[in-house]
Amino acid sequence: MRKILCGLAGAALVVFGAAAANAQGTVKIGVIISYSGQFADTGAQMDNGIKLYMKQHGDTVAGKKIELVRKDNGGIAPDVAKRLAQEAIVRDGADILAGFELTPNALAVGDVSAEAKKFMVVMNAATSVITTKSPYIARTSTTTPQLNYTLGVWAAKNGIKKVYSMVSDYGPGIDAETWFQKGFKDGGGQIVGSVRFPVANPDFSAFIQAAKDANPDAIYIWIPGGAQPAAVGKAIAERGIDRSKTKILGQDALTFESALQGMGDLGLGIITVSNYDFNHDSPLNHDFVKAYNDEFHRNPDIFSIGGYDGMHLIYESLKKTGGKTDGDSLIAAAKGMSWESPRGPMSIDPETRDVVQTVYIRRVEKTPNGLRNVEFDKVLNVKDPAKAMKN
Amino acid sequence: MTTETFAGPQDFFQAQLRWHWIEIAFWLAMLLPFVLTPNYLVLASQIAITALFVLSLDLILGFSGIVSLGHAAYFGVGSYTVGLVSKWGWGEPLTGLLLGGIAAGLFGYLTSFIIARFRHLALIMITLGIGLLLVEAANSASWLTGGFDGLQGIHTWRIFNTFRFDLYGYTAYGYSLAVLFVVFLVARRLIHSPFGLALRGIRENGQRMPAIGAATGQHIRTIYTIAAIIAGIAGATLAETTETVSLESLGFQRSADVLVMLILGGTGRLYGGLLGAIVYMVARDQFSGLNPQYWYFWIGLLLIAVVVLLPNGILGGLTLLARRLKVAS
Amino acid sequence: MPPVFGVLFDGVAYGMLLFLMSVGLSVTLGMMNFVNLAHCSFAMLGGYVTITLMNAMGWPFLATLPIAFIAAAAASVVLERVFFRRFYNASELDQCLLTIGIVFVSIATAAYIYGTDQQPLQLPTYLHGSFNYRLFLIVVAVVITVALVLGLEATRFGAQVRAAVNNQRMARGLGINVDGLFAITFALGSGLAGLGGALAIAMLGLDPSFAFTYLIYVLIVVSVGGLGSIAGSFAAAMLLGVSDMAGKYYVPAFGSFLIYLVMLLLLIWRPTGIFGRR
Repeated sequence: MRKILCGLAGAALVVFGAAAANAQGTVKIGVIISYSGQFADTGAQMDNGIKLYMKQHGDTVAGKKIELVRKDNGGIAPDVAKRLAQEAIVRDGADILAGFELTPNALAVGDVSAEAKKFMVVMNAATSVITTKSPYIARTSTTTPQLNYTLGVWAAKNGIKKVYSMVSDYGPGIDAETWFQKGFKDGGGQIVGSVRFPVANPDFSAFIQAAKDANPDAIYIWIPGGAQPAAVGKAIAERGIDRSKTKILGQDALTFESALQGMGDLGLGIITVSNYDFNHDSPLNHDFVKAYNDEFHRNPDIFSIGGYDGMHLIYESLKKTGGKTDGDSLIAAAKGMSWESPRGPMSIDPETRDVVQTVYIRRVEKTPNGLRNVEFDKVLNVKDPAKAMKN
Repeated sequence: MTTETFAGPQDFFQAQLRWHWIEIAFWLAMLLPFVLTPNYLVLASQIAITALFVLSLDLILGFSGIVSLGHAAYFGVGSYTVGLVSKWGWGEPLTGLLLGGIAAGLFGYLTSFIIARFRHLALIMITLGIGLLLVEAANSASWLTGGFDGLQGIHTWRIFNTFRFDLYGYTAYGYSLAVLFVVFLVARRLIHSPFGLALRGIRENGQRMPAIGAATGQHIRTIYTIAAIIAGIAGATLAETTETVSLESLGFQRSADVLVMLILGGTGRLYGGLLGAIVYMVARDQFSGLNPQYWYFWIGLLLIAVVVLLPNGILGGLTLLARRLKVAS
Repeated sequence: MPPVFGVLFDGVAYGMLLFLMSVGLSVTLGMMNFVNLAHCSFAMLGGYVTITLMNAMGWPFLATLPIAFIAAAAASVVLERVFFRRFYNASELDQCLLTIGIVFVSIATAAYIYGTDQQPLQLPTYLHGSFNYRLFLIVVAVVITVALVLGLEATRFGAQVRAAVNNQRMARGLGINVDGLFAITFALGSGLAGLGGALAIAMLGLDPSFAFTYLIYVLIVVSVGGLGSIAGSFAAAMLLGVSDMAGKYYVPAFGSFLIYLVMLLLLIWRPTGIFGRR
């Protein structure tokens, strides 16, 4: 009897001792983002989202202190991304990897996550296959098929029969083109022409003219953020495209805040698909935007919400595992987790570990606060169609 | 410069090829990261690869006077060759290096016919143009290269069936350092030879050289091809150690960075390039760690400071310092 | 109106913009052989000056243009006195490294002050519309080109500049103050770049990486046109602008290819540029 009691006491000591030791522990998150270079702005917004979450929820979770180890990827550089991830784990003792606005970088770090068995949260990169690179990856942003397939299906169902498609000639653009066209055709529509323009293209007049000449019901445009959306808006208006006859469809980057500022009234009526806009009308989002404004003096965007929700996933997963940081525990906790985010309801698909969320269809309208993307239609619980269709 | 007298040209070369104690110290110091900074081995491995790449640029720029803003083209060809071969099933590292080097060398040989005919700004812009065209081609051929997302499915086998590329980078650094050292030996032997002297002659006065019977065009094509092979080997090593290849391996950023590193370290001295690579990459890593958003600023200041204070790059400055100390003592 | 006119018009306007941004570099490179890779930093400076005056202080667009010119010119004078002057005889590689360092510093500074996102610009209503704005660009560029050419051909200053570009040593020997001449030319060229940068915002956008992104295009114009030649820069800029636009409209799959291919072919045919000295 005494032996059993001693054994139990000993075991209890070990458990509580270990728990006590862990309680003094820190959880380090290696945040790998582009803080400099061409994509510095997306990096800055993502970092802001992360900072805001930590400010609002404190830096202690499940008895452990959260510490960020920031690493600058400097743009598209998968070899650097991989090295930074390795260093974060080996040099800085990171337990979790997070960030990743760019697909090539995310794919490279996926290998590290798989080998080192570390929980990895992708906060922006939108290519579908990323989550398949490692069993420890979860994503809190969106996927290109998720948005563009939905837009394609929606367009076909809403009176648009002929579309001329134009995208940037590189991975994400081609991805978007494939899935939009698939969705549109699945919905019964017809693609009357398509073009891919060079990536660093500064002027769209020639391409828009060609689109106009094809006389479609709508023009679908996919370009990355930056200087291009405003240029597109100008080209559209300046070529005299009659908005009442020809709709303009696109993904969120086309009508980002800076794009709308550059386009002015030329942007009215553009229909875009997205998973988040700061104009979203919910009490949770209003509070979020206000807090973001107060802290950073600008509005949040999809990169901010990806970072914010990514931190939420990390915090909640840690709470569920009681502070355990190994990859298996965390990913098990993350699977199936669902919550109400400033963007709307979202969850992590237990099978694919990818994000399931509401996809919004918005139109640029004049509001009392200026030009805004106003949501007028939505599709709930959209899974990534690329993976869903494989099954 | 010591004023030795030599019995003949062979003796001159023999003297040049003797190993200076500083050189031996340098290479021994390259082994230090294994013991002193084992957490930095992955960075060290990428520095070694970059140093090899800078060395290849030095051969054409520092020794032959060919300024290239598109040298990453050969680096990228080496990377993609190894990547594709690995993806298609053959991931043996050493033969991969050979294949990468050969592919890059072939491309270098073909382009050398254009390169050898031009000088000055036209040459710089032509090399830039070739590099940029190659990037566009690689992006268009995304069915082959993976385009923007990069090449996926690369898996490097163990070296000699024993050494696995691990998370800490022990194998990566050992491998990269070994490749660097072996190629360096070859380059060193090449430079201290009649061929090497001819190159320096071309650099100093390209128009005069044919007058003394040196086949300028042929020499330039030869060294350019050799430099392309070495750049290809560097690219291949990067692809093998990181198992990633993407468009930026070919890109302008990489070409510009390697040029900056070479000038920083000091051209035409072999070790200058190596030093430049080490200093630039360590500085970038440290600055970027301290200040992820504005490290550019400090790097810019570093470059300006080096130009203002050290006229022939870091190695030039160190040599000057050594000479002054010798004179003083 | 068949699309070819539209493409030509766009191409010419784009070419004019490139010309304004490049002419300064062509002349200074031709005159003093000073490799100033920070040339586009002055363009960027002009752009940010316009943005600041318009967005923060409410100035009208046209009024900001001369200020952009002056600001860029003034900044270049300062840099020239403090730094560049000492490096006229340095190796080209050192000049490269120095000016690249300056570019890095300028990009980081711009990012720090203005942030990394695109700067929005609302043009005045009479400049709205692609036709209006491009016409405006063309008119401005033509006026400036005429002024430059007249200045070069019909003034004493211009004659001295031409002499210095043609044969610096001889010009010095004749008592021409080449250094002073260069300082003025450098300021003028950088000022024009600043103006070009301000005009480019509406067409090309503005963010801190501008200084690097457009450096390539400027170098292409300068090398294809020939160093030290205004006519050369003009011709090269037109050629490149039009072929870029035409390529994108008629063969979009090869859009980016075309500008580099055209450059390569032109340089192989004429290594010193279309109007360069042999």
